[in-house]
Amino acid sequence: MSILGTRVLRVEDPKFLTTGGVYVDDLRDPRLAGAAYVTYVRSVVAHAKVTVDTSGALEAPGVLAVLTMEDVRDVEPPPLALPYLPPAMRRPWLADGVVRYVGEPVAAIVTESRYDGEDAAELVGVDYEPLPVVVDPHASATNEVLLFPEAPSNTALAFELGEPEGLLDDCEVVVRQQVLNQRVAPVPLEVRGSACVWTDDGRLLFWGSTQSPHGARDTLAKALSLEPDRVHFIAPDVGGGFGAKFDVSVEDMLLAVLAKRLGRPMRWTESRTENLLSMGHGRAQIQTVAIGGRRDGTIEAYSLHVLQDAGAYPHFGAVLPIMTQTMATGVYAIEKVAVRTNSVVTNTSSVVAYRGAGRPEATAAIERMVDMFAAEIGMDPAEVRRKNLLPPDAFPVTTPAGAVYDSGEYEKALQAVLDAAGYDSLRAEQQRRRDAGDRTALGIGLSTYVEITAGPEAGQEFARINVRPDGSAVVYTGTSPHGQGHATSFAMLASDELGIPVERIEVVHGDTDLVARGGGTGGSRSLQLGGAAVHQGAIEAVDKARELAADLFEASAADITLDKTRGGFHVAGSPDEVRSWAEVATSADAEHGLIVDTDFKAKGATFPFGAHLAVVEVDVDTGKATLVRMVTVDDAGPVINPVIVEGQRHGGIAQGASQALFEEVRYDEDGNPQTTNLADYAFPSAAELPDFELVEMATPSPLNPLGVKGIGEAGTIGATPAVQNAVVDALAHLGVRHVDMPTTSERIWRAINDAKKGSDR
Amino acid sequence: MKVSVKVNGEQREVDVEPRRLLVHLLRDDLGLTATNIGCDTTSCGACTVLVNGESVKSCTMLAASAEGLDVTTLEGLAASGEWHPVQEAFRDKHGLQCGFCTPGMVMAAVSLLRENPKPSADDVRSGLEGNLCRCTGYHNIVAAVLQASAAPGQAT
Repeated sequence: MSILGTRVLRVEDPKFLTTGGVYVDDLRDPRLAGAAYVTYVRSVVAHAKVTVDTSGALEAPGVLAVLTMEDVRDVEPPPLALPYLPPAMRRPWLADGVVRYVGEPVAAIVTESRYDGEDAAELVGVDYEPLPVVVDPHASATNEVLLFPEAPSNTALAFELGEPEGLLDDCEVVVRQQVLNQRVAPVPLEVRGSACVWTDDGRLLFWGSTQSPHGARDTLAKALSLEPDRVHFIAPDVGGGFGAKFDVSVEDMLLAVLAKRLGRPMRWTESRTENLLSMGHGRAQIQTVAIGGRRDGTIEAYSLHVLQDAGAYPHFGAVLPIMTQTMATGVYAIEKVAVRTNSVVTNTSSVVAYRGAGRPEATAAIERMVDMFAAEIGMDPAEVRRKNLLPPDAFPVTTPAGAVYDSGEYEKALQAVLDAAGYDSLRAEQQRRRDAGDRTALGIGLSTYVEITAGPEAGQEFARINVRPDGSAVVYTGTSPHGQGHATSFAMLASDELGIPVERIEVVHGDTDLVARGGGTGGSRSLQLGGAAVHQGAIEAVDKARELAADLFEASAADITLDKTRGGFHVAGSPDEVRSWAEVATSADAEHGLIVDTDFKAKGATFPFGAHLAVVEVDVDTGKATLVRMVTVDDAGPVINPVIVEGQRHGGIAQGASQALFEEVRYDEDGNPQTTNLADYAFPSAAELPDFELVEMATPSPLNPLGVKGIGEAGTIGATPAVQNAVVDALAHLGVRHVDMPTTSERIWRAINDAKKGSDR
Repeated sequence: MKVSVKVNGEQREVDVEPRRLLVHLLRDDLGLTATNIGCDTTSCGACTVLVNGESVKSCTMLAASAEGLDVTTLEGLAASGEWHPVQEAFRDKHGLQCGFCTPGMVMAAVSLLRENPKPSADDVRSGLEGNLCRCTGYHNIVAAVLQASAAPGQAT
């Protein structure tokens, strides 16, 4: 029986549960002995000309150096986060005469100890000559104040699809709404951190808390004008990333420059406040949306304008509207579509990738609009969805945005959550409460979604399978898990082909000297690319082993069979004489065993889908919304390990629900951040969330031999609009049409009162 | 100043600055790095340890205040070689992903079950309110603590 699809407990866990993981700040590697600590002095003003006086700090105890931009001007500027961003908007190593957001590093202090660094940072004098602050993306888009005078405008990137002019003219019903997809903070529990040393052979050894060690190595090498093989990058245990740790930040990279200058190893671990100020944030879109159709529920046209807040120095966030555009029409067959996007810079922290990265924003917009359309024509939102879903026989589907959806069973997913949740009884209970004038209103929210994983282009990933002379195996992968359990699921994939038990398979990742190449972990790419590579490599290893066994048996390879239960090879028809994996691997190479390198190349991105149903209770006197149920189908094809897939779904659902209900990074009009620690930022605890009810569905993808799609981001994509829709639904009988996220008590209370005032007039 | 503190059953004497935090004493002076730091405001609970058997956030306690006290970190929980039921349950129920909140979460759960050996799911959720996790959505953490609460002898 195949191990695939079974509940294998994680092989990673014994360490985490007894001695704890080894994250960057936990490293006690002897090569880091004598390391100095780096502390950044950060701007407290959003937009200003700055002059920096380091003299006081230089005299403080334990201070080895204090550097400003003047001290690193001779170093090439760090590379752009993405090559097609405007060079004029490049982030400097340290503020170059101007600061553009609160938290921007203006000086780096190197000290003997951590505490010394914090003390000395207080002694750096920074003079600020204020410049006009641009916080509102609408204000930025007017280009009245240019954040980068050498750039022609504040626009970092813009995309377009179709023609919005006249798009909705022929529609019987048109609904328009501005929808806010608020700025949120990724908040991995481990903040950013790194450590490095220049080794005697002139190479840079760099440990960083990253999702993509090979990408980080290449970025670092480019920044330092080195060949990539001169950098040895290691991602040790990483305490969560959620997209925000894809690659390596400028604050990380400067350590390499400092280590060279001072001839000492360097360490840096930011504080949570620094993390909330400067790691970057997610989402941050203002969407102007219109949906049009007929009173019978048919949706005919959809128009989306995205004003993307890119933050001060454009990063991934400036590019993500292309993903929003690609997924704009979601699961629906809509003929007429137009999208315009504009990513503008503001005096705030950069917007980066955050779990879902452009796709939750697309789903949130259309799912909110479908509900508004349903409300406008007086039809049940489930019925409107059912009427417009792409049918199962349509796949593969090329959408108006040019995406090719591989496979989908959208109506089946919708029906499954409606049945599991008991939709009709929920509606009856809602009506009962309304009729009784109950002050605790019940809201039922739906979303049906499709997303894109391991995209937008067809991806690839590397794997090495090494069967050692003792018959155990090592799997090397170019993915870089940080909680996703690849050591378990990839061992299962290898075991399934090799017939070597999971306990005897080690998975190696995160080290650029040990793993030849890799794309890291992000965009829900790992299983369908990295897992498929392991699967492919294991098949190739078996093929190679059959040839080796054929030599041992003096038979033809075509006649050699692998008996997976016994973990050995025999000649077909003669099962008594078996050559074990150990013998065969030894015959390949007595020292190293059998080694197979492979690259899996996907035929295209895949499109996981699902349906979420949220039930909320809203106290209509106080406006407090409580999430009471969350029922979801998240179909990402066949499941390799249900334990891990359920965990991915749970985490995503929590983050999605939390964006809908609680989380928001806020700046005041002067660009002062208001949410700079976990006391102020509304990070949910166990007390704010319910258990999640998961419904299983598995529709295979034709695009890889495992049939799998990505599951990592499904939760944030499906849950956010379902929960928001549930809140609005709870208030529908009070005349409320829309509440922006996060649906805080204050927002809900105001919406109820505004609706009441409207009806009084 | 000299601080004398019992850590995981072993008496330790450490010379520290008066302002040194307990978590830094554990991590940097004693090399017990399981206990993590996740915030600056006593909000996240990653640094939770047991002090005289009760959960304490070690980022908000001075090392000097631990003078004469008995501190247990994750490393000391299975010192006998036998896993604590909470550790077993976290593995069985997949109550961890990246592992960063885990040491604090496990210690908070141990403390919670000592105070309330048979909690309801709601008791667990409110009892762990001071420990944040970004990966699991708490679903499997709650399941793990409930499983541990049913284990024989868990409250010892």
